Amino acid sequence: MTIAKKAVVWGLFAAGGTLTAFVFPALMAIFLLIATGNIPVGLQFEQIHGFAVSWLGKACLFVVLFLSLWHAAHRLRVVAHDFGVRKDKLVANAVYLVAAIGTVLTAFYLFSIN
Amino acid sequence: MSRQPYIRPMSKTTWYMRHGRYKVYMLREMTSFLVGFYTFLMIFALSALAANSPDQWNAFLASQQNPFMVALHGFALLYFLFFQTFPWFKLAPKAMPIQLGEKQLPDSFIVIGHYLAWVVLSAFIFWLAGVI
Repeated sequence: MTIAKKAVVWGLFAAGGTLTAFVFPALMAIFLLIATGNIPVGLQFEQIHGFAVSWLGKACLFVVLFLSLWHAAHRLRVVAHDFGVRKDKLVANAVYLVAAIGTVLTAFYLFSIN
Repeated sequence: MSRQPYIRPMSKTTWYMRHGRYKVYMLREMTSFLVGFYTFLMIFALSALAANSPDQWNAFLASQQNPFMVALHGFALLYFLFFQTFPWFKLAPKAMPIQLGEKQLPDSFIVIGHYLAWVVLSAFIFWLAGVI
């Protein structure tokens, strides 16, 4: 990998790691509340849709999902190596492709919310 | 005749079982699966929201309410806290030491700052979701 590319991948990994460390526990706790049937008020359709309709809401959701996707992709590439998979180029192409698809889907769905 | 370098025999698939520190490293690495899973779960939720109808969204919420999901989220939350969030805060002073003139800001300040920011940010997310 060239140095220029490495800086981008590393930057996304670091930013994503920091972001997920900070926000994922709260998000998991909210999913736990949903699973137990205690749906928070803010997750009823009117409220969550209202949030996702606003440009600020869309921007927040996009940043969280974009950074999480690329953080996970980069780390899963390393995990594959740790588990003895030595076809790095193939693994890298696969995980980054999934992250790219996730990014496009996120943008598409956010764009569709109106 | 070329020289034959000594190559220490090492398993490519189970090398981390040799040392406690490597095992902890691998346990930390496993949180990347959680990040991937929750990201796509949220994209799935977004797809339900993108239908712009309460029916689709309520169907998504209903699909998430079962004992398996309770166990999964409970486990994931604890695992993520102890193998991603807390270690990430712990290494923050190493990753971005802050220099003030001639002196370094003590590591404990940076770590405590992270915990405070985390509490505030989590409270903000819970407030947004209407939990508090």
